[in-house]
Amino acid sequence: MSPDLKIEIAGENSLIIYFAEQVNTEVAAKIHQAQLLIRQKMSKDIIDLIPSYASMLVVFNLVEIDHQQLTNKLQMLLTNLQIDNDSQGALIELPVYYASESGPDLPLIAKHINLPIEQIIAIHQQQEYRVYAIGFAPGFAYLGEVDNRIAMPRLSTPRMKVPKGAVAIADRQTAVYPNNSPGGWNIIGLCPVEMFNANKTPTMPVQVGDRVKFKAISKDEFFALGGVLGATYD
Amino acid sequence: MTNRVNSTRVKPEISLGFIVKRPGLVSLIQDEGRFGAFNLGLTNGGPIDKLAYHWANRLCSNELNVSVIEVSVGGLALIAQVDTVIAVTGARMPLTINGQVKELWRSYKVKAGDLIELGFTNVGVRSYFAVAGGFNITPVFGSSSTVCREGIGGLKGTKLVVNDILPCTSQAKAKLVKLLEKDQPKYCNEVILRIIPSYQQHHFSSHQQKLFFSSEYNVGKSYDRMGYRLEGQKITSDIDGILSEGICLGAVQIPNDGQPIILMNDRQTIGGYPKIGSVISLDTAKLGQLAQFGKVRFEAISMEKARDLILRDLSVFNQTEVISCD
Repeated sequence: MSPDLKIEIAGENSLIIYFAEQVNTEVAAKIHQAQLLIRQKMSKDIIDLIPSYASMLVVFNLVEIDHQQLTNKLQMLLTNLQIDNDSQGALIELPVYYASESGPDLPLIAKHINLPIEQIIAIHQQQEYRVYAIGFAPGFAYLGEVDNRIAMPRLSTPRMKVPKGAVAIADRQTAVYPNNSPGGWNIIGLCPVEMFNANKTPTMPVQVGDRVKFKAISKDEFFALGGVLGATYD
Repeated sequence: MTNRVNSTRVKPEISLGFIVKRPGLVSLIQDEGRFGAFNLGLTNGGPIDKLAYHWANRLCSNELNVSVIEVSVGGLALIAQVDTVIAVTGARMPLTINGQVKELWRSYKVKAGDLIELGFTNVGVRSYFAVAGGFNITPVFGSSSTVCREGIGGLKGTKLVVNDILPCTSQAKAKLVKLLEKDQPKYCNEVILRIIPSYQQHHFSSHQQKLFFSSEYNVGKSYDRMGYRLEGQKITSDIDGILSEGICLGAVQIPNDGQPIILMNDRQTIGGYPKIGSVISLDTAKLGQLAQFGKVRFEAISMEKARDLILRDLSVFNQTEVISCD
């Protein structure tokens, strides 16, 4: 087992695997790979997994196996965790209509970091992001890392309503709001692709470990893809 | 054209079961819970008091994991549309059928047109209303459990509302049984929560841990299916936060105000507050029967001990007999 990998107790039927102290794309790839392996080889013992930035929670069936046996199995399985093509995750392109009418915080960010809006939009598209975690709300994918030049702290007062599809930045993370919800991230555009639909297979276009690139589209393309404008930003 | 319309006309499906006359404070469809959807950000849901839930199903001769109604605080009134068998377990809410007082922890026959009412609780918070065969609710991601925050489960992702129809089949021949009083779980306003020290425990000094394990806490005013906020001795750790990580049932979060939050069935799947350990599920069930001002103490136990307790509890449940009332 890689020396930096630690398996610790979380709760009566859960262990947590820590892959690293910090988050980076290599750690994300490792976690993605470990998730695939555990789902493949240990499905009998495992109830569910929560992959996150630098860790993975493993919930197991305590009637079938105890935590000591499970720790041993995990250690065996994760020895020499190899990062290969599978662990790179899929590359998903998400279209974004970047404009002041869809991204009301663009002027604020421009002022804060002293860069023109066009450049913020360009920088946001340059990066290839990793899906580090999914949580907060169904389908909410935390993407990292945002270029330092456009990293922007959360709003001091969160909005009561952020519209579905809002593309937003908080510090060095970015995300697409899967549904209308409260939120304190800085909105820079709207994405017409649904991030979560319980009636669709797959439910989400991305999973933890995948890579995401954003691509600017025009207002017409946004409408053609089913995008909707006119939501209020309270 | 006319022919085609005729041939595709489908007789509207009338589903019978129970009509919600009054939904009460918060009444939710629950089954065993939603597992295997953490990677989409979906939490478990499921009955807060699993033991009472399993008993409700056993008293109706059901599989243990079928859909029931979890009634919080009380106030539910239903009208039966079918002849069947019901049972209510859990918090002590007065139960009446057509105005006649009935017992909890036993099954009863009801007929189409009967009015079943649950008053407000005397002790405990949540009760479980089961029907023979279970309610027929279409599962979402493998479960009927309602998680209101996610808008998922139940009839339409919300708590029950007036005139909802909860479909079920007629099972008038199900056996009538009861659980003897000596075998019924007892509810009170004080619990000791057994906790497995884990997660960021080492970021709490031995002094802070001593304080935590020797103090009595009160359930604060915000307590729900997501989490129970406690009030009492402030606890501090040497970190402000951590990289967000997976949270298991019962995890005890200590935010910066030092007041513990115990995370329950509808918790967010990931979070970044330091955690001192996790309460075992036998005890989150008891905590979930406490309301504001309920008293809580903690006791540390090992992972091995926790497993023993849970396996023993399972075997006691399986060995406890119900008594026939036919």
